Amino acid sequence: MKERLVVVGNGMAGTACVEQILKYSPRFEITVFGDETHVNYNRILLSSVLAGEKAADEIVLNSLDWYQQNDIRLRLGVRIVDVDASAKTVTGDDGSVTSYDKLLIATGSTPLIPPMEGTQKKDVYVFRTLDDTRALLDCSRSGARAVVIGGGLLGLEAARGLQVQGCDVTVVHLMDRLMERQLDLIGGAHLKAKIECLGVKVLLERNTVAIFGEEKAEGVRFKDGTEVDADFVVIAAGIRPNTELARKAGLAVNRGVVVNDHMETSNQDIFAVGECVEHNGICYGLVAPLLEQGKVLAATLTGNKGPTYGGSIPAAKLKIMGVDVFSAGDFSEGTPGNDVVRYEDPALGIYKKLSLRDNRLVGVILVGDTADSHRYMNWLDEKTDLSEQRRHLLFPQPTQDKGLDVAEMPDNKVICGCHGVSKGSIVRAIRDRGLSTLSQLKECTRASTGCGSCAELCQHLLKAVAPQFEQEEKKALCKCVPYSEQQLREMVRSQRLRSVQQVLDIYGNGAGCEFCKPALSYMMDMVWCGEHVEDRSARFVNDRVHANIQRDGTFSVVPRIRGGVTSPEELRRIADVAEKYKVAMVKITGSQRIDLLGVQKSDLPKIWADLGMPSGQAYSKGVRMVKTCVGTDFCRFGVQDSIATGVELERRFENLFTPHKFKMGVVGCPRNCAEATVKDIGLVGQEGSWQVVVGGAAGKKVRKADVLVTVESTEEALQSAALFFQYYREHANYLERSYDFVERVGIERVRRETVYAPLAVQQGLRERLRKSKAAARDAWLEGDEPRNPTQFVQIQPIENVQ
Amino acid sequence: MTATEKKWFRVAPCNSIPVREGRAVEIASRQMAIFNLGERFVAVENRCPHRGGPLADGIVSGNAIVCPLHAWKFDLLSGSSVNHQESEACLKAFPVRIEAGIVSVELPLGADEEEGAPLICDSPDRPLRWVARKPLTPATPLEPRQ
Repeated sequence: MKERLVVVGNGMAGTACVEQILKYSPRFEITVFGDETHVNYNRILLSSVLAGEKAADEIVLNSLDWYQQNDIRLRLGVRIVDVDASAKTVTGDDGSVTSYDKLLIATGSTPLIPPMEGTQKKDVYVFRTLDDTRALLDCSRSGARAVVIGGGLLGLEAARGLQVQGCDVTVVHLMDRLMERQLDLIGGAHLKAKIECLGVKVLLERNTVAIFGEEKAEGVRFKDGTEVDADFVVIAAGIRPNTELARKAGLAVNRGVVVNDHMETSNQDIFAVGECVEHNGICYGLVAPLLEQGKVLAATLTGNKGPTYGGSIPAAKLKIMGVDVFSAGDFSEGTPGNDVVRYEDPALGIYKKLSLRDNRLVGVILVGDTADSHRYMNWLDEKTDLSEQRRHLLFPQPTQDKGLDVAEMPDNKVICGCHGVSKGSIVRAIRDRGLSTLSQLKECTRASTGCGSCAELCQHLLKAVAPQFEQEEKKALCKCVPYSEQQLREMVRSQRLRSVQQVLDIYGNGAGCEFCKPALSYMMDMVWCGEHVEDRSARFVNDRVHANIQRDGTFSVVPRIRGGVTSPEELRRIADVAEKYKVAMVKITGSQRIDLLGVQKSDLPKIWADLGMPSGQAYSKGVRMVKTCVGTDFCRFGVQDSIATGVELERRFENLFTPHKFKMGVVGCPRNCAEATVKDIGLVGQEGSWQVVVGGAAGKKVRKADVLVTVESTEEALQSAALFFQYYREHANYLERSYDFVERVGIERVRRETVYAPLAVQQGLRERLRKSKAAARDAWLEGDEPRNPTQFVQIQPIENVQ
Repeated sequence: MTATEKKWFRVAPCNSIPVREGRAVEIASRQMAIFNLGERFVAVENRCPHRGGPLADGIVSGNAIVCPLHAWKFDLLSGSSVNHQESEACLKAFPVRIEAGIVSVELPLGADEEEGAPLICDSPDRPLRWVARKPLTPATPLEPRQ
């Protein structure tokens, strides 16, 4: 008969250990108890679920099928409440009693609740399990005020996730710096600045004494008597090993269950692994050590005793996009004999600190740039003698290609620290199974399914080894800068990147192309509202000379005629200009504008001056125009003043850039003579109200606009339009028309996050639009003040053939 | 090819061309595009082999230039096409040197037998013959008006 192995705890450490045990032998009949109702999932990625980057089912590590295939009896939602070490039984909270021959305690840990009043109140949460995450997602509606108690890894990731969900988040921390266990004061200060840049408030040295509120949490109170109001509170102040069961079993327990190097407890039939154990006085809360422990334990448990666990170097990486923080080892400065090497660039928020002892790395802090974390981790693990490399510690001699780095690595070098997958096993898997994509590699070897920080290395290995390597399609902006636009916007904000070239140099290939350069140009303008370095070389020619290039290299000139309403004087000037500059064609456009075609580049400034009208921006990915019908002014049927409203709408948005061209329409009655329902924004006048419609199209695609909202006054209609306009500017991808954007996001969400968003969110959108508008100006003013003397005129050579 | 006499022409101060941008210039009856690539300047014929687009108005992508009309992309150092290699389209490049902050270009004097070479046409309903008979004269818009 098989021996019975009972595993208490269905988390990452316990299940990983079971996986290793299965590799050794099928000698056990295994029962796993989990008090959560979910199969084993990747707890590290809960912050990604909270941030909406991953769905709950995407972080599952072992599906139900896996348990079945391996004949594991899985009992979910059962908490083991008692153990009888002499009778060798465990008792569940469902009353069941289960006998074991070997017992594996992998109970993990629970959130530490610091002593304070009111932690039992409604709307006080912790962030530990998938259910906690779901609860947080449920209450994190846009504009809700959240207070996160705890400024460590978990607290910051929770804060960021909630903030992405639209909450107004404040992190409250007891210590004088964030992540004090991983960072020194300077690193902590840089991190704080980055977190604040993302829009999360940070309060340091605040001792929370109470969560106040009638029945539910309404805020937190500090020792000094000050308060912060909140709709809900998240406690993320650390973890406490779950040792209750081990105590009941009579095991030696300090802070955690005491184990030796073979992962044995004080009882020969009971073993423990994971966050609940204490090895050499240390409890680990990071994934790599836990998996390493699991491997050793599997050997011990299956009668292959030999491998030992010698402790791990604590290493932590913050998983917030755009806020790169890595810390490992001992970085304390006070230790005599430690040399400290530092680099700091306050403007970019980059900080690196290495602690060395006897020419060997003992600790490292990286903030703002963690590209070298693998190299440093390697030095730490291998205790590499660095005396030859002292000059290149912070800035390695450049290697030609990252692939080379990979090629030079020894086969036994561990690539994936979380799952302990070596380079050799990855290369073998690629060769033997013919893998060609990262997801195949993940599935097959588990590499990069933990924290995911080795994904890039795995990619390089695939590229180097797989004959048919396929770069998986990511929603990246461009191969020049392989990040999504959402990620890039965050990086631009948090890293305070102020020019296109900076983004390309730091996150891209340094060159850029005709697609990503204009996209990044737009992003700069939108994010920084004029407080950026405008790089004309990154813009398409139309936006360098403010006219639309034609097939023969000439340009077209379209002056702004707001609402399509002009005057005899303007028409006379347009006619004079057309004759004076021998304009090849004068054309009434579909947008109620007048187009002068076939103009030489060098004539542009002169034409603009003669016209004396602002740019119609008909060449730009920007606000084009507002088309109107005559409305109440003249029309027998008009019920709203479409002309005045259209002119005002155009005034409010003109001169602004948008992800793609942006056309609007205003009609004075539902007859829709100016086709407002097929515009990016349309205002449709009705008796006593306006219907604001968005996402319409009558181009490559024809789409009837969705109703955003119906409002009574004209001002409300204009304000609603502004909310959508700015929302589109901030969230659409470059070259994504509003109709594709609305379909992708869904009109319900658009409504929720614009016209039905909390007041604070609406104010935010309005304020950023106001700031952008204040910085925008009529591009044709450059005719008088060119950015450089050769912007419009052709260079006349100093020497020429006589 | 007949050996033609060549001459260096001083063109303009370096700072008249912003970094990563190009400018058009006519020298010895040739329409040229001069680019400032940051660490060097390059000079090519200002005429995209595809449809005659003004390359000087394109976006610089590393060492390549992207024509503003149909995004044909050329390596400015080799002249060869990056995204339409099958066309065998190639830019004609000319030597450039910098002296005392002035960009100079070396050009052959006299007529060029390849002048007015037919443009490549990628559209089946517009046969090459049509392009050859009525070329989309790229030179015209770039000539300074009198």
